[in-house]
Amino acid sequence: MATNEATTSIKKLQVKRFKPDENPEKHYLNEETGIWAWMTTVDHKKIGLMYLASITFFFFIGGMLALLIRTELLTPAQSFIDADVYNQVFTLHGAIMIFFFLIPSVPAVLGNFVLPLQLGAKDVAFPRLNLASYYIYVIGALFTIFAIFTGGVDTGWTFYTPYSATTTGNVMAMTFGVFVLGFSSILTGLNFIVTIHKMRSPGLTWNKLPLNLWGLYATSLIQILATPVLAITLLLLTMERALGIGIFDPNLGGDPVLYQHFFWFYSHPAVYIMIVPGFGIISEVISTFSRKVIFGYWAIALSSLAIAFIGFLVWGHHMFTAGQSSLANMVFSFLTFLVGIPTGIKIFNWLATMYKGSIDLKTPMLYAMVFLFLFTIGGFTGIMLGALSVDVHLHDTYYVVAHFHYVMMGGMVMAFLAGLHYWWPKMFGKMYSEFWGRISCGIIFVGFNMTFLPQFVMGAQGMPRRYFNYIDQFQPFHQFSTVGAYVMGIGFFIMAGYLFHSLRKGKRSGSNPWGSRALEWQTSSPVPLHNFEHTPVIINGPYDYHKPMSEFQLGIATSHNGHDHHGGDHTDVSKTEKEQA
Amino acid sequence: MSKPSALEEKLDHLQHHFIDSDQQFEASKMGMWVFLVTEILFFGGLFVAYIAYRAWYPDLYLLASTELDTFWGAVNTAVLIGSSLTVAMAIRSAQLNQIKGLIINLYITIGLACVFMVIKYFEYAHKFEKGILPGSYYSYEGIAHEKANIFFSIYYMMTGLHGVHVLVGIGLMIWLVIKAKKKVFHSGYYTPVEITGLYWHLVDIIWIFLFPLLYLID
Repeated sequence: MATNEATTSIKKLQVKRFKPDENPEKHYLNEETGIWAWMTTVDHKKIGLMYLASITFFFFIGGMLALLIRTELLTPAQSFIDADVYNQVFTLHGAIMIFFFLIPSVPAVLGNFVLPLQLGAKDVAFPRLNLASYYIYVIGALFTIFAIFTGGVDTGWTFYTPYSATTTGNVMAMTFGVFVLGFSSILTGLNFIVTIHKMRSPGLTWNKLPLNLWGLYATSLIQILATPVLAITLLLLTMERALGIGIFDPNLGGDPVLYQHFFWFYSHPAVYIMIVPGFGIISEVISTFSRKVIFGYWAIALSSLAIAFIGFLVWGHHMFTAGQSSLANMVFSFLTFLVGIPTGIKIFNWLATMYKGSIDLKTPMLYAMVFLFLFTIGGFTGIMLGALSVDVHLHDTYYVVAHFHYVMMGGMVMAFLAGLHYWWPKMFGKMYSEFWGRISCGIIFVGFNMTFLPQFVMGAQGMPRRYFNYIDQFQPFHQFSTVGAYVMGIGFFIMAGYLFHSLRKGKRSGSNPWGSRALEWQTSSPVPLHNFEHTPVIINGPYDYHKPMSEFQLGIATSHNGHDHHGGDHTDVSKTEKEQA
Repeated sequence: MSKPSALEEKLDHLQHHFIDSDQQFEASKMGMWVFLVTEILFFGGLFVAYIAYRAWYPDLYLLASTELDTFWGAVNTAVLIGSSLTVAMAIRSAQLNQIKGLIINLYITIGLACVFMVIKYFEYAHKFEKGILPGSYYSYEGIAHEKANIFFSIYYMMTGLHGVHVLVGIGLMIWLVIKAKKKVFHSGYYTPVEITGLYWHLVDIIWIFLFPLLYLID
């Protein structure tokens, strides 16, 4: 490994070890400061943090709305808000959590921060586009906030016609906001795909790509293929309200089920936008804290792509009771079962990775375990809902609500928290309180199950979703569920507390507190402005825990990532890439 | 397609995070291709709406499409295909370092795009006069079909969205002309010309599908 002969150049390139600077004075957080430098930055790490601040804000709003809903449901009749407000609150809770929190959560926050680091690149392929997609997100958010204050929206987050075409709420501003937001998602996906294809470090072949990047890659594919369809759907819906074009509105001769087809053609794959990147994080965390090579690398990598692919073929299972032909129902039901296969492959590979590993139950690993537990419940109940006969009974009940909360919150949010705790030291160079981390993880786990397990029972007994009132027999379940939501809220406030404390007074973490072999840990924490002071050279897989750390810190000894305006060093770099591949 | 050679040319266009011009060029080009995929899916939704309603009401399409002017549609098709040729010639000029040719070809392309929009304007105006307006403003009596408004909703959405793309293309090419006059482009760096060309071809291809689907039904 020591030297690489360059065939066209006289110069020889030296590959040597670069130990990360453990106490960097200059890093991306302090090299440029001031609000303007942040607002105009094209640095992927800062943009990631800007997204983090934004989605935290929306998560807080969405969470507060959830508590409002749960508090209202303490009693069967009106508790403290009236039915119209209730409709707006659950619509906003859904729309905010999905479009403003879940979809950007892992790709735009953790993906933005980690992806170039894991590739050994200085930035994503299109840094200005990356900043633009952040501002597009903000503009979309402003439209939504405008919609809230000018009439609100009470259609549910799915905006089904004909109601959405006739209700008095400001559906236009809301759907236009989500339309704008879609472009942010598309551009992020585009950026990631090109970056993964074109910006990998020398030696980083596809079979050494960290599984987090396979997850992000599959997610980006869904983002670019599905989101444009949502965009056109919402554009048509906006036009429906503005001009009355009548494609979806039965009053004008249109077809409302066509809207549902359009909507779910995006929104079902979007469910996988909300979970596949989580799979990537779980792979990283489980391998790191089991100190073991990931089991079934290719199985995990390709099953992400398989989920992305199958995800495009199952949208009809949202319309089993909407008057689809029975043949279509059967086909969609069958295809839905297929999603279980790649998902199961993943779960078993993670378990096999942990088997005989030396498991270290740090906070990120705890969240990964919580993920495995909750997501498996969510997945299995999803299979049940995919079965036609069962779905006819359970459709639009709390069973469905519980199912997708187990997948979205028990799956994606837990994976996001695992990733956030895992990369926190890399982001800020500080540790958080491990003790409080574990406590709050436990509280959230208990609170989550208290909230949503009773909803399975209620749903199976016939409690419909989105209802303001309910019959008395459901009251104990609803009350238990509400208490669970409060417990979960407490868990999140504890988390906010210790993370904030970590920012202010946390202990320095060192460059690699987890002893990970992955590339992003082989540079200082916090990361230098341009990520690496050298061009990293990769010869081992990211999970090769049986090999010494020194083999993971190699790089070519040219400054500025191989940039040399006066000589021809870049030719040698590409040669090295070919040799290593 | 000859690649720009990084070794011999000036490198002020090279952004800090790329290793060399090749990498930057390939990344930009791939980014544009991925973007075109999203565009196809964006229009794809409208094509699906078109197909669904055509399958449900085939007679509606036969009746309503007679209101569209095939002659001017054909002229517009020729105009756009011509502009695709000139934009390809613009790229060729840039590759050969012929900046004057690049600017002239861009001007011709912009001119053809404007011709397209003017013809489109007259087509729209003619329909508006008759009362063939989009959506609930539709008031034309000449088509004996109760869903005639939906055909024209689809027509206006598809051609309107396409028209917006033509306008964006015109804007991009004006920007290219300004850049070219400042001598930004040369045979080692013409990425924006190349990827705008790709975009323009897509706009062209979408029209090539729209024309027979809307105008040439019977």
